[in-house]
Amino acid sequence: MSESAKVVEQIFRAESGRVLGALISTLDDFDLAEDALQETLIAALERWPLDGIPLNPAAWVTTVARRKAIDRLRRVKIGARKQALLVELLRTEQTDEEPDVDAHPFPDERLKLIFTCCHPALALEAQIALTLRTLGGLTTEEIAHAFLVPVPTMAQRLTRAKNKIREAGIPYQVPPVAVIPERLDAVLKALYLIFNEGYAASRGEDLIRQALCAEAIRLTRVLIDLMAHEPGLCEDAEALGLLALMLLHDARRMARVDAQGELILLDEQDRSLWMQPEIEEGIALLDRALLLRRPGPYQMQAAISALHAQAAQPEATDWPQIAALYAALARLTPSPVIELNRAVALGMAHGPLYGLMILDQRQLEDELGDYHLFHAARADLLRRAGWFHEAKASYAQALTLCQNRAEQTFLHRRLIECTEAAIQH
Amino acid sequence: MRYLLLIYNNEIANGQQTPAEMEAEMAAYNAFGEAAAKAGVLQGGEALQPTSTATTVSVRNGKTITTDGPFAETKEQLGGYYIVDCANLDEAIQWGAKIPGATKGLIEVRPIWDFSQG
Repeated sequence: MSESAKVVEQIFRAESGRVLGALISTLDDFDLAEDALQETLIAALERWPLDGIPLNPAAWVTTVARRKAIDRLRRVKIGARKQALLVELLRTEQTDEEPDVDAHPFPDERLKLIFTCCHPALALEAQIALTLRTLGGLTTEEIAHAFLVPVPTMAQRLTRAKNKIREAGIPYQVPPVAVIPERLDAVLKALYLIFNEGYAASRGEDLIRQALCAEAIRLTRVLIDLMAHEPGLCEDAEALGLLALMLLHDARRMARVDAQGELILLDEQDRSLWMQPEIEEGIALLDRALLLRRPGPYQMQAAISALHAQAAQPEATDWPQIAALYAALARLTPSPVIELNRAVALGMAHGPLYGLMILDQRQLEDELGDYHLFHAARADLLRRAGWFHEAKASYAQALTLCQNRAEQTFLHRRLIECTEAAIQH
Repeated sequence: MRYLLLIYNNEIANGQQTPAEMEAEMAAYNAFGEAAAKAGVLQGGEALQPTSTATTVSVRNGKTITTDGPFAETKEQLGGYYIVDCANLDEAIQWGAKIPGATKGLIEVRPIWDFSQG
């Protein structure tokens, strides 16, 4: 690909959300908007290298794409509803050749797009795919790659989601204020899962996962910004908490993996590699969220992350406070994984036996028996308690369940350490 | 857009209601019907007899096969429906949530195919 083509594609990707937001708002049709945008990309690839990049690329793209949509509507046989749309488009369309970007207002419609893509009537995986496709400007291939599904499967998932939006009448609008809390929950959950998929790297070891984290952070920023400017809406504590949580995690990115791609656990990370600007922004956002006095799970997780981020050395970590936050989180959203984290925190705060006491509850073992981190955490507590034989067995168990290469390498190293220690004891 | 709101409830639990509970439920349904009619969205609706009265019929190779009971045995059974005309799914969901049966069973919201639109 030539340099200029790369620049054009970069601009298209960056502006995709705003342009599609505006186009779908006018056309009321995801597919028509996407097809028109695709045609406009081809036009831009021809013209921009000759004419230069327009001053306001997003407005240029939107205006040209509107025309492409009109052409498409003219070419195909359309029903009554589309006829009415075509008439309306033609009424507002200018006739001169060169797109006049000031002729049409170009409002930011992305908030509508976010709420439509993350509508709870769509399956969660469809919400995520659609959000990345339309707001993130990722290609179907990239999304398929990130979620390790075949490209045709992802393409079908997107098509089904768009069909459902059309056929079931999912509205393209910011929901009424009365239902914002529950609808925002769905949006935050989708953004959280996009970030997590990038961060946790549960399967494989791809670079595209970093792009997912960056995209989730960018979209959460957009969401907060748009909500702040939407009449009737106000700053949401959990949205701020989620952004804080993402930034505080992302700040550790450079320290999490070594040169060989091996995962480095929190207390072994080189904390000088933690990105201070992100930590500071995360903590500031969390403070802003907490002032709203509407506690929620994202703020609590961010608070836990902030306590880690504020410890200059692992020994300085405020583990009792972290354990208390996990207990509060468990009351709000009970889950065995939170209980596991509480056990680890208690083990650090008061000694490994306190953690083991929680992990050895039969119910927790039943629920988390297939989860490698349960066995890894148990192994770590046993190792620190000096029970190397038992620790060895738990590390081995964790290894059989773990699918991530970096974690496997780490667990294997610990297994060998425990084997050696067991011989010496 | 028109939507069919299908009301799924547990028939066994419904059958064990006291007369007072049944009366209260009838009143709640009447109130819902009035509200939906007043808002201009209601286009129809009926309550159904229990599935013990249902018959399933199919035709294979020209032969009519009749069996006792509903097509599928599920925990919740179709007990009634409303047809509403709403601006969009969000509105239909809001009406669905107001159906008294939504608090005990579930409401399926299905768009009705509109063949007149392109």
